[in-house]
Amino acid sequence: MTNQPGGGGSRFALSFSSLSYKAQRRVIIVLFSLIPLALLVTFSYLPLYRMVYYSFFSWNGFSKNLTFVGFDNYVTIFTRPEYFGVFKVSLYYFFATFVQMAIALYFATILSFRVRGKNFFKGVLFFPYLLNGVAIAFIFMYFFRPDGTLDALLRLFGLGEYIQLWLGNPDIINISLAGTSVWRYMGFNFIIFLGVISSIPSDIYEAADIDGANRWHQFRYIIVPSIRRIIELNVILSISGAIAVFEIPYIMTGGANGSSTFVIQTVDTAFKFGKFGLGSAMAVVLLIIVILVTLIQNKLFKEKGA
Amino acid sequence: MRGKKFWLVALSLVFVLSLLAACGGNNNANEPANNTGNNSSSNGGNAGGGGDAAPEDISGEITVLTQRTDIVDSVFRQQYVPRFNEKYPNIKVNFEAITDYEGQVKIRMNTKDYGDVLLIPNYVLPQDLPDYFEPLGTVEELSEKYLFVNEQQYEGISYGIPITVNAQGIVYNKKVFEAAGVTDVPKTPEQFMDALRAIKEKTDAIPLYTNYAAGWPLDQWEGNRTSVAGDPKFTNYTLVRDKAPFSEGKPHYVIYKLMYDAAKEGLIESDPTTTDWETSKPMIANGEIATMVLGSWAITQMQEFADDPNDIGYMPFPYTNADGNVYSSSGGDFKQAINVHSSNKEAARAWVFWFADESGYAVSEGGISPLKGEAMPETLKAFDDLGVVLISEEPAPDEENGWLTMIDQQSEVGLFASNFKQRIIEAAIGNRNETIEDIFADLNERWGKAVEQVTGE
Repeated sequence: MTNQPGGGGSRFALSFSSLSYKAQRRVIIVLFSLIPLALLVTFSYLPLYRMVYYSFFSWNGFSKNLTFVGFDNYVTIFTRPEYFGVFKVSLYYFFATFVQMAIALYFATILSFRVRGKNFFKGVLFFPYLLNGVAIAFIFMYFFRPDGTLDALLRLFGLGEYIQLWLGNPDIINISLAGTSVWRYMGFNFIIFLGVISSIPSDIYEAADIDGANRWHQFRYIIVPSIRRIIELNVILSISGAIAVFEIPYIMTGGANGSSTFVIQTVDTAFKFGKFGLGSAMAVVLLIIVILVTLIQNKLFKEKGA
Repeated sequence: MRGKKFWLVALSLVFVLSLLAACGGNNNANEPANNTGNNSSSNGGNAGGGGDAAPEDISGEITVLTQRTDIVDSVFRQQYVPRFNEKYPNIKVNFEAITDYEGQVKIRMNTKDYGDVLLIPNYVLPQDLPDYFEPLGTVEELSEKYLFVNEQQYEGISYGIPITVNAQGIVYNKKVFEAAGVTDVPKTPEQFMDALRAIKEKTDAIPLYTNYAAGWPLDQWEGNRTSVAGDPKFTNYTLVRDKAPFSEGKPHYVIYKLMYDAAKEGLIESDPTTTDWETSKPMIANGEIATMVLGSWAITQMQEFADDPNDIGYMPFPYTNADGNVYSSSGGDFKQAINVHSSNKEAARAWVFWFADESGYAVSEGGISPLKGEAMPETLKAFDDLGVVLISEEPAPDEENGWLTMIDQQSEVGLFASNFKQRIIEAAIGNRNETIEDIFADLNERWGKAVEQVTGE
């Protein structure tokens, strides 16, 4: 920032460098923020505004007739209990979140120490996150189908008696799907944890070594406190994600057999039943729920961290 | 410390917000097109043909939207366009094939850019047709030459010509039926169930494949409602006034009870949740599946995988009406139409009528030609032998046009959405704590309420 931008030559740069340092800084800050802000407004706030706007209308998505209905859509949502029943499904993903974070933290910690084939394993662990959600859904369809990959694996290990209808059994389907979700998003948590852990200065470990701390002590008293912030952030993201889970169940089952989530219901309402106003209202409700959960969580963490 | 925390939360909030907004944006990012769109809807008179100009004089470049991603190159570009250009040398035709046709085109229709020629998506309300599509002519004039031009009409003006005409029924593998000792095509639900039981007992084939996971193949069952009703007025006159259409003996009861019974007796695939549409085609061709409830459009797709195309047969929905007839409801597939915002309407019109008159699309796809008086396709020859009577839905009277769609969407029953059909199968295989009677009662209640709201009766 303190360097002269442009480095002279053109007339613009000359006149620019004649500005005071403060003024230069301001111009640069504004110019640099302009593009991301424009993107943010265009793709986040404008659609958000329209979504809230539509939530007060009865509209089938493309007809020119929009009828203003006030809060009717919201009343509908809150007077139909079946809309909220699906949040039970979110609980599966919520618990899966902790499994996911634990695995991610475990691998991140191990791979932050000196291990053979470190980069290879990093790649392997992060790879699922790079895959397209649709591809993953298809992979797991074959994985879970009767006589599919999972059943074959179990038989290979002589565990054939444990074979289930992984997606057909309504008691298991959400666990299977949440498992798929863990497989997919664990890499993301992992790479973030790995990044923070590697930012811990190595002399701290050395000092701990000299003091006779073992790996577990190092993890408990050095790593965890140093990355606490990031764990919190990951928890917030994961929980919001659990409430708004959509992609994997939608592609794999379309919300059938008791795997429907609130977002799937929203999409069905808007696209299958042509109620865009009601769908928008549901999306707004979801948004408010996520904000509330985030605020509550923040409050809890603040008290603990004090 | 506080400041940092605030930023952390703010940042994550923004992140979550943008994620959500992206989700919501999908549904809502498009404004409804401006209200001045219905400018050219009044000049709807000149029907038929390609207008008055000689074919050579029509020039321009048009984009045709199609759902046939599979044959857009091999058939549309390489066969149709050269033949089309022989007659209309100065029209350049481009194609845009869309996999999720319904979903994408509906959203694009909020803009002006949705091709020059396109297929009218389902669930466009008739009164909205003039805002989006160019009138092709009066129903009266066009129906002298074409079938089902009244399926997308508003106030006597037609906006689309079907690309092909389908009959409804069940695709089956003849060899499996033979192996199971079923010689006669079932004509009642009981006979059909017996056939399924025989297949389960005597062969390794799955008696009835539901394609539950893909969802939309279940909607194909709904197409048989007019076959079972045996009354052309059923859909647009009876159903829109019936406050309990899922009651015993009524067409919807007959159709979905059969679905339930087959699933309940284990005559369907062992795990419906992992079915796959694409693999179901070779499976029925190889005799691993005995039957699938699908429109006649599916016959050729199944035959492609069969060693002997004659193994694939087609039968009507097994229901004999009181008059002793077995009906098969037929109706137009997607209707091809012209974008009202197109800048090359002449050229677009030339394509639409050429496609209907001369392309031969319907016949080569195993469907019934939209041209009146053409012979039944090879695939449906069996219908003639069985004495099946084709029946088609009578369109709603103008003042009730769109009622069915409105009731369906208002009630969230979804006659052409997979939701309640999946629910029926789940209940049948014991995944839900409700009986078929519970489901029918719930559907009846929702439908009845919506009927009251929409019809005001």
